[in-house]
Amino acid sequence: MKPSGGGGEGGGSEPLFGAGALEEQDEASDDWTDSEESVFSGLEESGSDSTTDEEADEEDRDSSAEEKPEGLLQPGKPVDKELPSCDKEGSPSADQEPALENEYEEDSSDEEDIRNTVGNIPMEWYEEFPHIGYNLDGKKIFKPIRTKDELDKYLDKMENPDYWRTVQDKMTGVDVKLTDEQVELVNRLQRGEFGDVNFNPYEPAVDFFSSQLMIHPVTNRPADKRSFIPSLIEKEKVSRLVHAIKMGWIKPRKPKEETPSFYDLWAHEDPNSILGRHKMHVPAPKLPLPGHAESYNPPPEYLPTEEEKLAWDQQEPSERKLNFLPQHFDCLRRVPAYPRFIHERFERCLDLYLCPRQRKMRVNVDPEDLIPKLPKPQDLQPFPSVQSLVYRGHTGPVRCLSVSPSGQWLASGSDDGTVKFWEICTARCLKTLPVPGVAKSVAWNPSPTLCLVGIAVEQSVLLVNPGLGDKLLCGATDQLLEAFVPPEEERPQLVTWEEASGEEHSRGVRLIVRHGKPLKQVTWHRKGDYFATVVSDNSHLQVLIHQASKRWSQAPFRRSKGQVQRVLFHPLRPFFFVATQRFVRVYNLLKQELTKKLLTNCKWLSSMAVHPGGDNLICGSYDSKLAWFDLDLSTKPYRMLRHHKAALRAVAFHPHYPLFASGSDDGSVIVCHGMVYNDLLQNPLIVPVKVLKGHALTHDLGVLDVAFHPSQPWLFSAGADATIRLFT
Amino acid sequence: MGGVEKKKYQRGSATNYITRNKARKKLQLSLADFRRLCILKGIYPHEPKHKKKVNKGSTAARTFYLLKDIKFLFHEPIVNKFREYKVFVRKLRKAYGKSEWNSVERLKDNKPGYRLDHIVKERYPTFIDAVRDLDDGLSMCFLFSTFPRTGKCHVQTIQLCRRLTVEFLNYIIAARALRKVFLSIKGIYYQAEVMGQLVTWITPYAFSHNHPTDVDYRVMATFTEFYTTLLGFVNFRLYQSLNLHYPPKIEGQAAVELKPEEGEPYALDSESYMEKLSALSASLARVVAPNPEDEAKVDEFPVEGESTEQEEARQKEQEALEKQKKLFEGLRFFLNREVPREPLAFVIRCFGGEVSWDKSVCIGATYDVTDPAITHQIVDRPNIGKQVIGRYYIQPQWVFDSVNARMCLPVADYFVGVMLPPHLSPFVTEKEGDYIPPEKMKLLALQRGEEPEGDSEEEEDDDEEASEGSEAEEDSDKEDEGRLKKMEAQRSQSKNLPVKVTAGKVLKEDKHRLAEEQQSEEKRLAIMMMKKREKYLYQKIMFGKKRKIREANKLAEKRKAHDAEAKLGKKRNKKARRE
Repeated sequence: MKPSGGGGEGGGSEPLFGAGALEEQDEASDDWTDSEESVFSGLEESGSDSTTDEEADEEDRDSSAEEKPEGLLQPGKPVDKELPSCDKEGSPSADQEPALENEYEEDSSDEEDIRNTVGNIPMEWYEEFPHIGYNLDGKKIFKPIRTKDELDKYLDKMENPDYWRTVQDKMTGVDVKLTDEQVELVNRLQRGEFGDVNFNPYEPAVDFFSSQLMIHPVTNRPADKRSFIPSLIEKEKVSRLVHAIKMGWIKPRKPKEETPSFYDLWAHEDPNSILGRHKMHVPAPKLPLPGHAESYNPPPEYLPTEEEKLAWDQQEPSERKLNFLPQHFDCLRRVPAYPRFIHERFERCLDLYLCPRQRKMRVNVDPEDLIPKLPKPQDLQPFPSVQSLVYRGHTGPVRCLSVSPSGQWLASGSDDGTVKFWEICTARCLKTLPVPGVAKSVAWNPSPTLCLVGIAVEQSVLLVNPGLGDKLLCGATDQLLEAFVPPEEERPQLVTWEEASGEEHSRGVRLIVRHGKPLKQVTWHRKGDYFATVVSDNSHLQVLIHQASKRWSQAPFRRSKGQVQRVLFHPLRPFFFVATQRFVRVYNLLKQELTKKLLTNCKWLSSMAVHPGGDNLICGSYDSKLAWFDLDLSTKPYRMLRHHKAALRAVAFHPHYPLFASGSDDGSVIVCHGMVYNDLLQNPLIVPVKVLKGHALTHDLGVLDVAFHPSQPWLFSAGADATIRLFT
Repeated sequence: MGGVEKKKYQRGSATNYITRNKARKKLQLSLADFRRLCILKGIYPHEPKHKKKVNKGSTAARTFYLLKDIKFLFHEPIVNKFREYKVFVRKLRKAYGKSEWNSVERLKDNKPGYRLDHIVKERYPTFIDAVRDLDDGLSMCFLFSTFPRTGKCHVQTIQLCRRLTVEFLNYIIAARALRKVFLSIKGIYYQAEVMGQLVTWITPYAFSHNHPTDVDYRVMATFTEFYTTLLGFVNFRLYQSLNLHYPPKIEGQAAVELKPEEGEPYALDSESYMEKLSALSASLARVVAPNPEDEAKVDEFPVEGESTEQEEARQKEQEALEKQKKLFEGLRFFLNREVPREPLAFVIRCFGGEVSWDKSVCIGATYDVTDPAITHQIVDRPNIGKQVIGRYYIQPQWVFDSVNARMCLPVADYFVGVMLPPHLSPFVTEKEGDYIPPEKMKLLALQRGEEPEGDSEEEEDDDEEASEGSEAEEDSDKEDEGRLKKMEAQRSQSKNLPVKVTAGKVLKEDKHRLAEEQQSEEKRLAIMMMKKREKYLYQKIMFGKKRKIREANKLAEKRKAHDAEAKLGKKRNKKARRE
């Protein structure tokens, strides 16, 4: 709704209070005169009773927010003034006439209330002026004089019964008293009802386009003429088409060929059409043909048990051996459709176009062909094959073992703190030598003219004359040891040499070489004068070489190359083998230089033995491998043997026969035929000939040491079960 | 060392392969089109020998195509057709959007299509190649021909599949090429010998499918598109090879074929014709009438380098085959309505039998139930009310088992209401050491011409059978077990050596055993000396063998347990009856 500023004759500009509306009202109710009066009374009042108006006005300004009806009425205010006097006569006359003609006549924004010509502006702009605007003649319209004070206002409020319905017209500054109709209207609007009392918002709806067929058209517009006349444009088009057909430009559509026609595609089979790609083609493997299990009525053994069913259900579909569960139906009519039929066809399709193909040669090998053809063990005899003697007596694991060069005696050191000397043929323990600690290593002097055993115990090496066998030999040995004359000037030694005395001497101990560090191994040079010891230490003093006759020791290495596991003298030449954790170094003792470094490919070496010919070496390792080196061939193993299932503890070569043996923690000793040919072009022949078992496993340890008899094809093995066994 | 440093992955196998995405980009095709092209042209990914090298050092999982294959696809005219089709779809959509129905019609009329003839020829340069690769195509066509006419794929495809499969079945009947049939729980497997090639296919049981949602029917439809083309050409050629009309014509009806008969006035002629053809009851018309002289025995020339034994064996095989082809000759079958008609009619006709069924079941019935000449009536219900003397009432399995056994089996086991013997797969040929079900043994004995021992006796005197039969069985079982145990023992010996050295005891020397032991030890020692790789292979083979033995043992054990239980049940029953 526009807050139309001016009043004047534009009575109908307000739809709410417009003449039409009022007229309708009047038509509806007969008391229009009364209402008219009230309408005009307002105007009169505004004209005459200016003082009260002013009062009301001021009150308005003070408490405009207070009175809600007033505030709401504000837009409606001009209404009162828009009923000019000139309409007094006109409106009733207009009432009689139909409202249609002048319905929109006064509906224009030009026809504003023109008593004040300031236009549609905020009236606050005139607040500071004495006037409120200009009339049509350009004269100022002055605000009504405000003389009312609070008291007046109060009195007015108290006395004037119409005070509540009096509002101030802002445009003219006049107080206007609302009529009953206007008050009613305001109330109705406040309630959210329609302004017009007679308006019914819920009139029954009328369906124009109902389902019933009407006999009359909704519109009665007559049809166009053009709809009766043939279209020229279409005619032109048709004639063009006809012409085209006549000329043969447009042909009728060919009937579609629905069924594909087949013919003899391979009528002329052309050998040239077989291209390379056909030869390269990898045809998809055909689906496997069904077995008995897939039958609808399989033999009973193919039906799964309950557990098998359960297992099948729990398996991943890709892991299942059969992609269905065998079922049994007692007759054909009971067989249902297979629910995964489409799936299986689809999976086959996917396989055909998505699965990468590769031509693979199927290994169609007879497993017997894979087994290498080796010479028969019978042809490679002699070798130890039967356990013939067991040497019992030790109470702890037998750690080391050595056979005298005469082949008559056997020395063994054990964890029970004794070293025992046995007669080989009778398995009798001839002598027991208690030693202060665990005998780590025992080595019989290889010289046939001596009877001397080196024993590594704790931190010292004992040179023992067991006093077995030939008395002369024993005497000669003692003499040789006693013939030592200390040199004039005492040289500083790495170790201390002591002569045994008293009880120890009577037991046979002749010399004690104290090292100051725990010993690992003692080994003799083939001539029997020198011996080497290994100390568990990480310095360059790990390996020492001693000369028994001169009681002199020396450290051959200036620098340590890692923890030394084993040392060995070459049987023929002045070479010295040192096995560290992963390598075997070969030193020339004469030239004092490194000759070779053998790469064992093992993680941790445990033992080492050299072929009596001196050109071949075997190493056992804790990762259950045995490496055979041909020293002339390469620094890498000629052959790696993985025969054992557990760590190798000891390896040994036979001095005469082409045999070697390896003992392992799995309790077995494997004897191999290791033939070395003089012909340099021929590689050594290695054939395992016998697996010897007998030692019981104790504390996960099996065989701790093996040794061959010097002349016979006999093998001794020392086990963790406190026995020594002889295999012949 | 001079020379320019060679760049990695610019030569060798890395350049021979191409990943799928790269191939797609190179061909400028969408994934769907590429897939379609690969399916139609039979291009498949290859697994390179050194995957890492081909993958340029990466180990990511990728599919590789041969670069040559992809280059080969460049010149394929079908690629252009794909593009045309894409354009067509775009135009059509536009026309629909604008509601230009005329142009929609026009576009639809001019829908671009393509033929796959040249691809078939290219993929299978010789006819034999095509026959060799027919397995999947046949199975697929048989599956599609059972699809409902609405929904999953075009009706035309389904109809075409049906037509082609019916034609193929008719050919098999005409050529008597069927060899083996197997009723599995998945469907029915057939194996036929076509042009010297064994072709195997599977048909589902005639039930409606519940279509799975996780299957891409477009892929299957593309395959079927190719397979139908292939099968059509193969059919044509096969019909030609037998001097048959293609499209097939029913014998004797060639003249009157188009006359509608009183039975089916509602069906269209072509439809009823198709129906009749698919009834498989009538033989096909030949282009040239068969001349009996042509069928005279062809002289056989011994193939060089073939020993007489082999030749004899071959001849025997040939004879058996000929006999099998005439297996049902002279027999008249009647199929009850509850029996699956198509497979049985097909199988019976393939071996020369005559077959008919109730008129209301299907078109093409040639005689009635009341026909006195019927020798076998196939029934699949627990009992039958009125029986006619002079014919066997048997269950359908008899037909299939007889075909697989290549002889008419005794019908007693297959009478109505009788517990059927197990249906064995004819595709299994047991090798040495495999488990052979006892039924198979019996069958083999029958084939050899031996009388089945004590089949009737078994029924009569249970006790004897219980004592004798079980003993014999047990004996054989024991033997079997002993053998198996020995085999296992042999294997296990290599692991824990049973050699023991005991002191001072005189052993009784069993020379035979000693020698055996020695031999096995030698073997063990030799195995120790094997190279790592060979040892691995050897152990793998031996593991497989051992597993096979174990499985066979398990089956044998299960069977034994089952038999024992069955026997016990029988005895108990008998006792109950006596009391």
